[in-house]
Amino acid sequence: MTYALRRRLNSAAVIIGFFVVWELACVIFHIKEIVLPRPSQVFETLWLQAPAIWPHTVQTLYTTLVGFALGIVSGVLLGVLIGSSRLAYDTGYPLLIGFSSIPKVAVVPIFVLWFGAGTVPAVLTAMIMSLFPIVVNVATGLATTEPELEDVMKALRATKLDILFNVGLPRAMPYFFASLKVSVTLAFVGTVIAETVASNQGIGNLMMIASSSFDVPLVFAGLLVLALLGVGLYAIFSLIEGRVIGWARRKDGADFA
Amino acid sequence: MNEDAPPFVHLQDVRLTYGHGERTVEALGTTNLKVGKGDFVALVGPSGCGKSTILKLVTGLIPASAGWVFVAQREVGAEPVRVGMAFQNPTLLPWLTIRKNVMLPLKIVPPFRQQYRAKKKTEFRDRADALLEQVGLAGFGDKFPWQLSGGMLQRASLCRALIHDPQLLMLDEPFGALDQFTREELWAILQDLWLTRRPTVLLVTHDLKEAGYLANRVCVMRARPGRIVEDCAVDFVRPRTIEMTYEPGFVSLTQRLRELIVSARAPDAAVESAA
Repeated sequence: MTYALRRRLNSAAVIIGFFVVWELACVIFHIKEIVLPRPSQVFETLWLQAPAIWPHTVQTLYTTLVGFALGIVSGVLLGVLIGSSRLAYDTGYPLLIGFSSIPKVAVVPIFVLWFGAGTVPAVLTAMIMSLFPIVVNVATGLATTEPELEDVMKALRATKLDILFNVGLPRAMPYFFASLKVSVTLAFVGTVIAETVASNQGIGNLMMIASSSFDVPLVFAGLLVLALLGVGLYAIFSLIEGRVIGWARRKDGADFA
Repeated sequence: MNEDAPPFVHLQDVRLTYGHGERTVEALGTTNLKVGKGDFVALVGPSGCGKSTILKLVTGLIPASAGWVFVAQREVGAEPVRVGMAFQNPTLLPWLTIRKNVMLPLKIVPPFRQQYRAKKKTEFRDRADALLEQVGLAGFGDKFPWQLSGGMLQRASLCRALIHDPQLLMLDEPFGALDQFTREELWAILQDLWLTRRPTVLLVTHDLKEAGYLANRVCVMRARPGRIVEDCAVDFVRPRTIEMTYEPGFVSLTQRLRELIVSARAPDAAVESAA
């Protein structure tokens, strides 16, 4: 048995073990379904109600991805601005920190006021949730670029844009991908917050309705769907990260440029 | 150098100071230096004497506090001169293969940058490979910087400084971190490259043997404030060999340079080294 295979089997065993312990605990301590449903009940609900859950899943995934995409675009632009200009750094950072300290659940009603309930506030909430880590990481990556690398370019009479595209941004890529993995899970949080507060679609809304009718297994089924979506997207970004910035981990073979 | 021809690099009453008011540090005192086209000049001197500062001024990386820096009869920065630069650290970009690192100047410097897209897979690629072969790195084009040793990286860095056929080549202690044998090998390679392409070279070094082997002129500098105190012509025949560095003429040159540097150091330091 190879080492890689054994590692994979081990981690699978631990994950399955977690659910088994949960199941046993519920049975042994006679925990009521309304407090904590057994995993088998959650999976059963998920299976039986799949046709009802599916459209909500699609809605949440769609909202998150759109919000996340907007977050990436605006986050990179802001990060480049803050990371490459002293003035933008001094003014932008305090503003950004102040803004990201605001609980996002408090912002949702404002979005609803502006754009009405539904998908738009959820997209915007996902975007602002995912924005902050991206901005900070891209700015850090750019600001910590070794001056010697820039000198190489300056000696060639490179323009600021040349330096940004050939040194700054590639240098910031490992930071950027680290932030993407954090941000994509935050984007889900943003979407679900907005769906819970003001929407009639999405997993957040489904869970609200389920909990108001004390359908706790369905609430947990919703949580499970969210967790699976989050893990899935995280895995996708890890994969892209490995392809693009293998140089930072000193992997052999592939062409990263 | 033809005395009547205008100098290719010309520092006229150049000064450089850091800081303001009482905390002003004079990195480079009033300095004049003329380098003819195609010449090879070495700058030697104790640490902190402003050797690297001169390179940075001529490259335009830092502006002079006073005086003028001319390259090809135009003020630095405005001149359409191709500059190649190699540093003590190889400073290769870790996300690019060796070949792409070497090709970087072609992507930036006109007139090559306009053709980069069309020629990067054919002509420019061959050009990089030919240069890599010349410095003994044939077959390493697809490796990444971390897969090569320090000496190999420095060779690649030399290729990057030369790929765009620079008229002006700036070398800031390029062999400082290498062992003696690698260093001597690279001296020969650099001499070959200079003899075939004839760029104007400014070389900063701590190694007097290196200065004598490679340069046509050696400028000795002293510190606090940095300035040039002596300008020695080196007229051994080319191509020079390592064997020549053990001949009496060469040895007496390096001895003379050494004495100049020792006496150029601060008085207390000179006493210390004499004791």
